[in-house]
Amino acid sequence: MIEAVIFPLIKIVIVFAAVLVAVMYVVLLERKVQAWVQVRLGPMRVGPHGLLQPIADALKLFVKEDITPVRADKWVFTAAPVIVLVPALIAFAVIPFANQLSLFGYTIPGRVADVNVGLLYIVSVASIGIYGIILGGWSSNSKYPLLASLRASAQLISYEIAVTMTLVTVIMLAGTLSMVGIVNAQLAKGWWFAFAQPVAFFIYFVGGLAETNRAPFDLPEAEQELVGGFHTEYSGMRFAFFFLAEYANMIVVSSVATTLFFGGWLAPFPNVSWLSWLGYIPGWAWFGIKTFVFLYVFLWVRATLPRYRYDQLMRLGWKWLIPLAILNVVVTGFLKVLL
Amino acid sequence: MAEVITFYVLAALILGFAALVVTARSAVHSVLFLVADFLCVAVLYVVLQAQFLAVIQVLVYAGGIVVLYLFVVMLVNLKRPAEAYSDPNRLGRLGLAMSLAVVAELGAIAAYGWVKPDGPASTLDAANVEQIGMALYTDYLIPFEVASILLLVAMIGAIVLAKREM
Amino acid sequence: MITQTHYLALSAALFFLGVIGVLTRRNIIIILMSMELMLNAVNINLIAFSHQWQNIVGQVFAVFVICVAAAEAAVGLGIILAFYRNKETVNIDEMSLMRW
Repeated sequence: MIEAVIFPLIKIVIVFAAVLVAVMYVVLLERKVQAWVQVRLGPMRVGPHGLLQPIADALKLFVKEDITPVRADKWVFTAAPVIVLVPALIAFAVIPFANQLSLFGYTIPGRVADVNVGLLYIVSVASIGIYGIILGGWSSNSKYPLLASLRASAQLISYEIAVTMTLVTVIMLAGTLSMVGIVNAQLAKGWWFAFAQPVAFFIYFVGGLAETNRAPFDLPEAEQELVGGFHTEYSGMRFAFFFLAEYANMIVVSSVATTLFFGGWLAPFPNVSWLSWLGYIPGWAWFGIKTFVFLYVFLWVRATLPRYRYDQLMRLGWKWLIPLAILNVVVTGFLKVLL
Repeated sequence: MAEVITFYVLAALILGFAALVVTARSAVHSVLFLVADFLCVAVLYVVLQAQFLAVIQVLVYAGGIVVLYLFVVMLVNLKRPAEAYSDPNRLGRLGLAMSLAVVAELGAIAAYGWVKPDGPASTLDAANVEQIGMALYTDYLIPFEVASILLLVAMIGAIVLAKREM
Repeated sequence: MITQTHYLALSAALFFLGVIGVLTRRNIIIILMSMELMLNAVNINLIAFSHQWQNIVGQVFAVFVICVAAAEAAVGLGIILAFYRNKETVNIDEMSLMRW
């Protein structure tokens, strides 16, 4: 009874809180990393080295006035930020953070739930998040948000196809759709899938950049062109939801990349004897380190690369990434049969 | 007990959202209620131990087909008021006829429906995806290939119909 | 106890709601969406039977129904768009080309 109901509830609360705190600090990290790349310091005033800046940001967004445009569709305008945030958060339900944790005599699996279609579940809730963007732009009853939301949603559905194709190759190698099963398959094969499928990893990462509207694919939010993009008319807590959702999506993409391509909670080099001390670092710490590395690459890319124009972006998605992903699936299929 | 509550709540949500789809004034609201309806149907599939179908329902139906509907509604809705019903009494007469038909059918199910004994023990749960895969690629391979050709033809047709004259 | 009859009744009710939508509304996009409701009712039926008899074929059939629904939605919406470009209306009472 306890194990079936109370433990998952506690885990849900812990994961939820951890994700929200992580999102706030990723925002701070982004400002700091961009600042260091641009040879300046970033937020330094609030707390030591700006470490309490997220609290100041959250407080500001809480108390800001909540403005609704006059002829906006009230219900849809209110629902859109929720529709963007909820899928970003519920995707964490199937991500495995560790193998087994032994606490107080109980053996607790290191995930909220192990669904036998876990990977497809993450892809499907990501496709629900698109609605929030379309509806946010449309319900604002204003030119710039509408254009931006149509651009953003077209970009998202285009890159969704390439990303799903790369996931198919991982499923082919692992033989299962369950996230825990994929990590166990990497343990069994002895290779992380990033080395077995480098093309798929590259396409997944580029597609992940596009799926989360991050640079260099962040034209829908480009300040120089579309004012604020689809969240122009939103202020206060509703804007905070869009903001949280974007960074939560980033963390989801990084976590899924870690689980699928880099072995989840597994330590590297398990067979090398003089590196066996790496096995003493707990699984969840390895997961955290790997996810952090991917998040850092996200921020690094934003600080470095210029923005793609919209037609270049669509051409890249449809004419390059999708054929490459399909070719990858075909080649993987052949090799799996022949080898 | 939990099963009974789950079913009745889901049934109420599914039929409620469907009724809202059919009667909403604004087309965009109809589309949103359709999405909510499909999500509730996906939950029903999970209850019926069809997890793969549930995820496919969300991914393809709610996340693909209804997005298409939403785009078209937004493209078409831009400068028009809400539609006018051509005959206000039609809904009432039709609704009465339909509800009589539903009542008749449910009565027939209740009166003549004979409850077969429950089927075999549950084997669908764990290996759902594998079983669907095996069935699709061995017994039903030809319908699978025909469905892929159908999708290709539909894709070409949609592109030809919707593109502007260049 | 939730028997098979409950799922069949739910599927029938959803199907009838779809039929009401098709017969009553004038906006052609809402008519197409009511057809999607009908297809969903059929899917619920198939999966309920698949669950009762523990036979996977019901779910396989439901996959094909979803596939055909996708194709139909794409082509149907393409036709609506092409028509809208010519006549600027989505009211099916005005879509009677014979009287042009």
